[in-house]
Amino acid sequence: MRAAAKAQMRRKTSEAAAPIELLRERELLQIIETVLRLAKKIGAEETEVQVDEAADALTRFANNAIHQNVSEHGLTVSIRTVFEGRTARTTTNRIDEDSLRNAIEGSLSLAASQPKNPLLLSMPGPQKYSRVNRFVKQTAAITPEDRALAVRRACDLAIKRGQVAAGIFATGQNQMAVGNSRGLFAAYSETHAEFSITMQEKPAASWAKANSADVRNFDPQKLAGRASEKAHLAVEARELPAGRYTVILEPAAVLDLVGFLFYDFAATAVQDKRSCLNERMGKQLFGKNISIWDDAYHPLQLGAPFDGEGMPRQKVQLVDRGVPKNLVYSRASAKIAGKKPTGHGFMLPNEYGEAPMNLVFSGGKSSLEEMIATTEGGLLVTRLWYIREVDPYEKIMTGMTRDGLFLVEKGRVVSAVRNFRFNQSLLEMLRNVELMGPAVRATGEEAFEMVVPAMKVREFHFSEVTKF
Amino acid sequence: MWDLCIRSLETARLRGASYADVRVMYQRQRDLTTKNGKVGTLSQSESIGLGIRVLANGAWGFASTDRLTREGVASCAAQAVAIARASASAKRHDVVMVDEQAHIDSWQSPFRKDPFEIPLETQLGLLLSADAEMRRVKGVTLTETDMQFRKTDSWFASSIGSRIHQRKVTSGCGIAATSFKNEEIQKRSYPNSFGGQHALKGYELIESLDLVKNAAVIAEEAVALHSAAQCPEKKGTLILGGSQLGLQIHESVGHPIELDRVLGEEANFAGTSFLTLDQLNRLKYASEIVNVVADARLEHGQGLGTFAYDDEGVPAQRTDIIEAGQFRGYLSNRETAHLIGLKRSSGTMRTEGWNRLPIIRMTNVSLLPGNWDFDDLIQSTDDGILMETNRSWSIDDRRYQFQFSTEIGWEIKGGKKIRMLKNPSYSGITTEFWNSCDAICNAEHWTLWGTPNCGKGQPMQTMGTGHGASPSRFSNVHIGAAFANQ
Repeated sequence: MRAAAKAQMRRKTSEAAAPIELLRERELLQIIETVLRLAKKIGAEETEVQVDEAADALTRFANNAIHQNVSEHGLTVSIRTVFEGRTARTTTNRIDEDSLRNAIEGSLSLAASQPKNPLLLSMPGPQKYSRVNRFVKQTAAITPEDRALAVRRACDLAIKRGQVAAGIFATGQNQMAVGNSRGLFAAYSETHAEFSITMQEKPAASWAKANSADVRNFDPQKLAGRASEKAHLAVEARELPAGRYTVILEPAAVLDLVGFLFYDFAATAVQDKRSCLNERMGKQLFGKNISIWDDAYHPLQLGAPFDGEGMPRQKVQLVDRGVPKNLVYSRASAKIAGKKPTGHGFMLPNEYGEAPMNLVFSGGKSSLEEMIATTEGGLLVTRLWYIREVDPYEKIMTGMTRDGLFLVEKGRVVSAVRNFRFNQSLLEMLRNVELMGPAVRATGEEAFEMVVPAMKVREFHFSEVTKF
Repeated sequence: MWDLCIRSLETARLRGASYADVRVMYQRQRDLTTKNGKVGTLSQSESIGLGIRVLANGAWGFASTDRLTREGVASCAAQAVAIARASASAKRHDVVMVDEQAHIDSWQSPFRKDPFEIPLETQLGLLLSADAEMRRVKGVTLTETDMQFRKTDSWFASSIGSRIHQRKVTSGCGIAATSFKNEEIQKRSYPNSFGGQHALKGYELIESLDLVKNAAVIAEEAVALHSAAQCPEKKGTLILGGSQLGLQIHESVGHPIELDRVLGEEANFAGTSFLTLDQLNRLKYASEIVNVVADARLEHGQGLGTFAYDDEGVPAQRTDIIEAGQFRGYLSNRETAHLIGLKRSSGTMRTEGWNRLPIIRMTNVSLLPGNWDFDDLIQSTDDGILMETNRSWSIDDRRYQFQFSTEIGWEIKGGKKIRMLKNPSYSGITTEFWNSCDAICNAEHWTLWGTPNCGKGQPMQTMGTGHGASPSRFSNVHIGAAFANQ
């Protein structure tokens, strides 16, 4: 029996609701070796293989009860071949040899259909990687019963306080491995856990959320309690006129805004003249209190220490005291720019090149309480919603406040406020930051998780008010 | 495939499920893009697997697997039942479903040319030709094109005896020209932004759109926008092009009528809705000329929301949503229909793939055509702004307050388009906006637009929806707020 078929046989969708056991690293390697062997036989000049396996489960609740409860387990094999200066990719979730052979032939057929690409680089050889350990067995061992118990407690709290709870408790494990015909091999596995809750007390609602590789790093009951208290505070909201306000943005609100900046730091975006950093590198674009890194190795980050071609991720300082200093590079964009690749490339072929995926802000030392205490007049923002880019060069973003907007007067929270629409330039916002908290692993709904602080920002632009 | 379906249903029954439905799905996708005259993405993928949904102890469980063996699907079904039992430990009442007949059927969406049988050289050649036409225009700094094709076979079986096979083929394509000049980025897209037009059609859709002919037009407009006047901020008359109106329908009618959202099931993520149950048949949603339907039937057109059966085994239907301005209906499923007094689901349960739970989704939510010819509409407008092709979209989590911006605007004075405007935007409150509609163009100008990227649910599911619309006029709209006071 071939190696890939053996791996297929060993894949376990365990009896009933017991935790799923992922393939071992050597089994991932066996699948990759099978593809490389077949591809060589078929005639591919170079071959790259990525294997992804994920086992995820999510318990969803609303109206104080579980209403959706799901689990999934899947494995995909993605194959890129090169033939006479042309490349293409096929992906399948069937790992018997016939299916893998079909996928390889499909990739070669796709590759042959296009003009030769003189800029196509040969695949990279073996690389050295820093190890990161983000697989927590306690997270992988969480069962539907564990999730249901936590949800039931949160719902009980809601009922006790006359509120209505909705949210999710998700846990999962995933792994990936990349290998190519020049001997490169890299593998990575992680676990993830997330609890998000909205507490509704008519006509208001508030929200809390946490995300970590280690399910022990957050307490669902505490998150439920926080959302519950803020929802109660938000019940009687007053309407304020639109205009410019000092805002205190909690980390989730900061994350969901600055998450829209990360593509601009891709070298390919600058080369394509679609980045807000065109003609702005090296200039004082943000305030001097703003420094940003991309750092896959930061203890609060998740994600593989290598990119879509298997290149090791480098720690890159993107912004130094308000000045955009460096971009991130795939191998292709680095070649064009005469730079070294930073290990941020997407799987090839693609048109976007690369992006920093592990943003870390320098942050500050002010607590949220200190920010409130030092505010004569302003608004405390729990989270933002439906953020979209209005202007790509000035980076004007629009969106709504949601689930808890509060008026701060003379150093204390005095009332809830009806939600606003904002139209705010991110560049201007990062010039107007007065105070920052310590950078934390923030989680929202618009951007993937990053390490960002709460911020106190002056003259944040709210353009219209809604009905609640 | 039926063997796997039946095996999993039988396992669920033996484990104590009172109801189960199962979907085996085989999905194939081809993606092609070009950028600046070179091939960008060139990929093909396939995915096959099984997802089973069960009711046990009055609560739901769902599990999925790509291990399509008798042992694999049985294990998956057993897991779904175990999950349902865990759900039951945090339930407030038992799930109740309205009746549905068992259906045994096989259906294939109509297409003239299978896009997976068209030579790749032909497809790439067309994209590269359109790309070259855009790059011919001086001042264009980035050109992008894309094509996307999907073919999905699904085998649905349920414990009430349904056995339904459906094959759906969708196609989509679009082109875009971007110009960076004087610290400003301007972009024009055809036939729509964010991937172009998508429909439940074969390659004939691509051939009908004449990408090459339109490439130079949008490239010239992208460059000309730098010299155009800024869209002013004011209250005034707004005319929306069809594709932008399609997205307006999607956000301010399609999402608010989802009954799961209305009932609070999306409160933590996608949000709720201002259309509380007491609004049904009472709310004057829009002006008298506005009629909106949710229609998944082929008779409505070949949209991304067209099918024969939903993913709960309910036949495609047409539901009146807004009738002569009055709010008349929601999108429902077998679990929620009885809550609005219906004896049958409106057939809107849809899943992204085999590993996702079906949830209530839009089908084709369309504004029915009016009586106006487009030229007459312009000529009858003394002072207004025509906005075309979406650039950004945002709406609050109860679907009251929205803001859209478009790629291009045209100032209309005395019944004529007199000049181009850049950075146009408009905003408002949903019911105020729809009640200000005073003209809708006729069927000759009506297009069933495809929105391929509608996100909803946790885990997130991306779904294609259809929105028929023709250019329409609205009065007293807040225009230009996005760029005011910047």
